[in-house]
Amino acid sequence: MTTASAPALEVQAQASRGRRRNVRPSWEEPPTKAGQTGKGAVLLVTIAVVIVPLWMVVLTSFSNQGAVNRAGGMVLVPHGLTVEAYHQIFANQLIIHSLIVSLAITVLGTVLSMVTTVLCAYGLSRSGSYAHRTILMTLVVTMFFSGGLIPTFLVVSALGGYDNYWSLILPSAVSVFNILVMRGFFAGTAQELIDAASIDGAGDWRTLWSVVLPTSRAVTAVIALFYAVGYWNTFFNALLYLPDNNKWPLQMVIYTYTLQGSSLPGTGVTTTGQYFGHQQIAPLAIQMAVVTLTLVPILLIYPFVQRHFTKGMLLGAIKG
Amino acid sequence: VPVPASQDVRDDKRGERRRRFRRDRTLLIMTAPAVVLLIVFNYVPMFGTSTAFQSYSIYAGFMHSPWVGFDTFRELFADPLFWSALENTLVLSLVQLVLFFPIPIALAMLLNSIMSSKVRTVEQSIVYLPHFFSWVLAVTVFQEMLGGAGALNQFLRQHDLATWAIMTNPDTFKYLVTAQVVWKEAGWGIIVFLAALAAIDQNLYEASAVDGAGRWRRMWHITLPGIRGIVVLMLVLRLGNILTVGFEQLLIQRNAVGRDASEVLDTYAYYYGVVNANFSLGAAASLFKGVLSLVLILAANKFAHLVGEDGLYRK
Repeated sequence: MTTASAPALEVQAQASRGRRRNVRPSWEEPPTKAGQTGKGAVLLVTIAVVIVPLWMVVLTSFSNQGAVNRAGGMVLVPHGLTVEAYHQIFANQLIIHSLIVSLAITVLGTVLSMVTTVLCAYGLSRSGSYAHRTILMTLVVTMFFSGGLIPTFLVVSALGGYDNYWSLILPSAVSVFNILVMRGFFAGTAQELIDAASIDGAGDWRTLWSVVLPTSRAVTAVIALFYAVGYWNTFFNALLYLPDNNKWPLQMVIYTYTLQGSSLPGTGVTTTGQYFGHQQIAPLAIQMAVVTLTLVPILLIYPFVQRHFTKGMLLGAIKG
Repeated sequence: VPVPASQDVRDDKRGERRRRFRRDRTLLIMTAPAVVLLIVFNYVPMFGTSTAFQSYSIYAGFMHSPWVGFDTFRELFADPLFWSALENTLVLSLVQLVLFFPIPIALAMLLNSIMSSKVRTVEQSIVYLPHFFSWVLAVTVFQEMLGGAGALNQFLRQHDLATWAIMTNPDTFKYLVTAQVVWKEAGWGIIVFLAALAAIDQNLYEASAVDGAGRWRRMWHITLPGIRGIVVLMLVLRLGNILTVGFEQLLIQRNAVGRDASEVLDTYAYYYGVVNANFSLGAAASLFKGVLSLVLILAANKFAHLVGEDGLYRK
């Protein structure tokens, strides 16, 4: 909860503050031993099933051949660390290129998505405005009915999207759900400020930029994260539209060379463990290094945005 | 000559509309980019569903492919693979409805009962995380943990125990898929229920405790009624989406487990339509799914209204 967030979130926080105490209220009966133990066990298990596999993926990527052999595969306890796997993947043209593609798609796509989403959300945030209901309906219809995969594929192909990077961005650039979340936020929380700004002579562009956006940092950050993660995780559109591996994003590379077991050009790595390179490094370590590569941006950004996942936001959007 | 009153009113209305248009011009320009993208990539394909009624050829295009009426649908309904895809879709959805749906609700209630805000924050940060991973990453993690060469089977092998083919067994595939969905989405799923729990008036708990209600009675009479609305809403959304199950998730695992266990309506449309280039059949499968989904979501909403909740939209 940041202090800069808008009034609606503030209200949500107050409503939940009743529960946000660290002291048990006097009327509540003391906890039972069995209850405490059970809850503790559930919490530990839920944390472990997320953390342990990630730990093993990252650790294996930093393990040398000896450590991988000793563990018989995935490494749980550190033993013989090396960064050789990363030397290998950063020397591999295909992986470097896919990393650049993924980063570029994510940055460009997120910028495009945020610009269109913020503008559209603001444009629809005043309920009496011209054609407001018609445009809103136009948006909402797409949430209930879609033409489906084949017609979309044919349209994108007809527009030249086949074998073209933009097919990873444009077809999924706008999320109506995200527009509605933002619109609800702009409409509910910033109205007095907007009115004040327009009395002071600010036009709509100016109001959006200097009044609405600064007061909506939390919702903007969360939606930008949603979009960025979507682009970073792009897999199916690449499978559908990009036939050549020299245009692939990182997820396609992992799918093909880790899950499907094709040989990774330039390293001789397969899932069956054949390896004819000269470095003392396990093929599994190289695969896990590529997987770790896709984890890094998410793990870097997540802590900064995660505190904004205030509960009321999503709920308000679905109900709105 | 006096102007008739109705004419006057109409002129006023038109003038009023023009005035509002001029006032809101900027707002309209702002909505334009998103609207244009939706028209090109959502509305045009909606009209493109006409391919389902054509014998579509990529060279002739939408305009010049011959119309064949419902022939494609006859072909679709005569294909046993289509019915098996429909069956898989429904079975996977129902297994997930029973085994996945209650988990976020239970986790949210458990988390809500924890006093220490530090514990709550740590737990939330960690269980939300897998939601942000791709399906490629999630399935890779499962493969490395539970697959033939994964951590579990290595452990079994080292201790001379029988290995366990979890990732490739078609008979248990529906439970594997559900376990993957639980791993990836159950944590994130608690967010809406936590919000509903936080909105319950805390004084109700105190009052009922003073009246002698124990913790289970309080849960039954206060907590559960308090989150009923959001539970019904999530159920409506789930029922409306019953024909949509993990497209990427299943596509990725198709080679490991085989078509018979993993084919659902979406993958059927993809393999027939794109891979085998039978565009009309793929489009027909998608259209069948789209129309049925629309009916389902409207029916689910009706159900929500019948049990006295708002559902997705109000009556």
